[in-house]
Amino acid sequence: MENSSDLMKKLARNLETPSRQWYIWVIILSAIVLFGVYALIRQIQEGQIITGMRDNAVWGIYTANFIFFMGLSYAGALVSCSFQLLRIQWAKPLLRMAELITVSTLIVGAPYILFCLGRLDRIHYLFMYGRIQSPITWDVIAISTDLVFCAAFLYFTHIRDFAKLRDLEGLKVAKWRKKLYAILALNYRGTPLQKKYLHQAHDIMAAIIIPTAVIAYSLLSWLFGMSLKPGWHSTIFGPYFVVTAAYSGIALLIIIMWLYRKSRKLEDYITNKHFNYMAFGLVLLTMAYGYFTFSEYITDWYNQTSQMSALLGKFTDMSQYGALQSFHVLFTMFVPLIIIGLPWFRSINSITLVSLFIVIALWVKRYLIVVPPLETPFIPIQDVRPEYVQYSMSWVEITLTVSGLALIVLIFTIASKIAPIIPVAEIEDVEDTAKPIIRFQTKGV
Amino acid sequence: MASRKKSNKKKSRRNFIQSGLKCGAGALFFSTAATSCKNPKEKVKALTQDGQLVEIDKPEAECCKPATPEEARNGIPNRKFVMVIDLSRCRNARKCIEKCQEAHHLLPGQEFMRVYLMQRTDKSAPYWFPKPCYHCNNPLCASVCPVGATYKRSDGIVLVDNERCIGCKFCMTGCPYNARIFIWEKLEREDEEDIEYSPETSIPVKEGTVAKCDFCPDMIRKKELPHCVTACPMGVIYFGDINEDSVTNGTETVSFSELIKENDGYRYLEVLGTDPSVYYLPANDRLFPFERGLDGLDDEVIERYKDTPYFKNKRNG
Repeated sequence: MENSSDLMKKLARNLETPSRQWYIWVIILSAIVLFGVYALIRQIQEGQIITGMRDNAVWGIYTANFIFFMGLSYAGALVSCSFQLLRIQWAKPLLRMAELITVSTLIVGAPYILFCLGRLDRIHYLFMYGRIQSPITWDVIAISTDLVFCAAFLYFTHIRDFAKLRDLEGLKVAKWRKKLYAILALNYRGTPLQKKYLHQAHDIMAAIIIPTAVIAYSLLSWLFGMSLKPGWHSTIFGPYFVVTAAYSGIALLIIIMWLYRKSRKLEDYITNKHFNYMAFGLVLLTMAYGYFTFSEYITDWYNQTSQMSALLGKFTDMSQYGALQSFHVLFTMFVPLIIIGLPWFRSINSITLVSLFIVIALWVKRYLIVVPPLETPFIPIQDVRPEYVQYSMSWVEITLTVSGLALIVLIFTIASKIAPIIPVAEIEDVEDTAKPIIRFQTKGV
Repeated sequence: MASRKKSNKKKSRRNFIQSGLKCGAGALFFSTAATSCKNPKEKVKALTQDGQLVEIDKPEAECCKPATPEEARNGIPNRKFVMVIDLSRCRNARKCIEKCQEAHHLLPGQEFMRVYLMQRTDKSAPYWFPKPCYHCNNPLCASVCPVGATYKRSDGIVLVDNERCIGCKFCMTGCPYNARIFIWEKLEREDEEDIEYSPETSIPVKEGTVAKCDFCPDMIRKKELPHCVTACPMGVIYFGDINEDSVTNGTETVSFSELIKENDGYRYLEVLGTDPSVYYLPANDRLFPFERGLDGLDDEVIERYKDTPYFKNKRNG
């Protein structure tokens, strides 16, 4: 391992005065985000009539995005917190990326549920008249708690790096940024007491975040599970959503690893080994996900209630949701097992490409969870207005989705300009963090 | 069929008195426009505790006064409203829908009451199935509402407070009967300025919120029947009070329990456990053939039924 100043010096070069391309990139992303803001303003002005949502399909891709982004936020919870607690050293370079995924997707994902509201002007009623019996209230509490915890954890893991940046000689950044590092470092000097407290804070947050994230995502699934709708009213939804979330989170983490490895030339830190290990996790999750998906469908298919048959019929009918369902099944279950599971096709690029398809296919899965059951109510829809019979997304919804993605990229772009994307202190201070979490008492040998 | 209704009528007279006795003096029954409350000095019939039928002044306090927000939330004391829909009589005249839309300031596509073309099995004859809100006694819509905008009252009615509704549509996903509509756009009316909103009237309509059949509690307070009941030319819809065990379709008042017992009344999707307040009488012994319900309909309405098994079979010969 290089000595401390070398590693930070090397990585800090990325933080120095941004290049022109960087500014252009930020401007493009901001423009996309601003176009999303414009779409949102239009939606508020003209009402929900300009979305594709109607009676029957009362929710659409906003809700799908909501659960999709919440799911991605699992990467941080799972990877960084469990690796923190289990003292897994090889994963250290990935922690910050994972935590950034968590916080950025939570920030971007949570508002999507608000875009479904017909009366955004009454949003404060959620607090004024909030009812704890409603799954929406559960979600509001769980997600805001999760966000606070994850943001705190993200910050805690930054403190030592901020201190290093503050102390780094010859860092070519603006004065205000030097000042910012000094403030954000909270006067961390690496004294034994500071080390101990910070380490404890990491452990405590990691231990809290894992169950919080499991609870938050289960509550999210009960938004659907508590309904009577065939296709939603499923006992498996809690754990199924949790596994799906972890699956999509890990897949996104692999994509982000690949992007930073290429763009920042971090081949020394994000290595073959990381891709291999993450791909191994991905295969395990592929099997877990396949198992849950199979369990969900087989039980509904086997006993053939008329409601479920109608819904499953739509999933197999190529003129309806058959194509989307096939895409989902192919890329979440079969392709990962063949490309990553078997040794012949495995490479960093193929793993990343498969991950990309997994993330897309899991978005499709969320769409298939939200929309088709709404279009298959107990009382068959008898309506001639096509938009009331079948949901189709409008330009406003597509715009807000794209700008949500752009906002996540923007958050990453800016966050990795503030601190190195590789947690330097985590890698350097191995001896500090390598202590086992449970110390067994060994009686005299 | 006719005899069935006659026997009901006979029994209903006895029940009328019985239930009146139970309720004691001041028990007021729904009747048709005769009890309109425009004239406060009007007399109404009531039963004393010893069974004497007396005429008293229509109580003014109870009459015509719109409900306070508190009353609109708590409901009408000692009442438990119930609706019975006789499927053997419905011929899809759609007057209930029209009157309801007019009274609730709804656009043409916005229907609190909908009439479905249903068929129990492919071997049984199709029938017309009017579907209002079922005002369930275990309403999932009210359970899942995050702000208490939709709520269950002591009189059994489930209402929506459109001034509190945040438009999350969670109730719409909760309702297994799709009884709710979202106000994607509203009918612009000039005469709405003077109308003070009440959850009991559901007007003025509020854009961006959820609305549904409200059992017309404003009409009930005026001692009148809900609009769909009075509008129906066939007397399909009975409305009444389960505490008094009487329901009326405007022309005949019958015992609720007898009506359900004798005609094998049922509730739609009983298996879901929502405990609806709306009962159906099966479409046995029709008054007229089902096809009559297609006469004189707009093309748009006929088009709605084109995907039903009945029309599909017809097309396939």
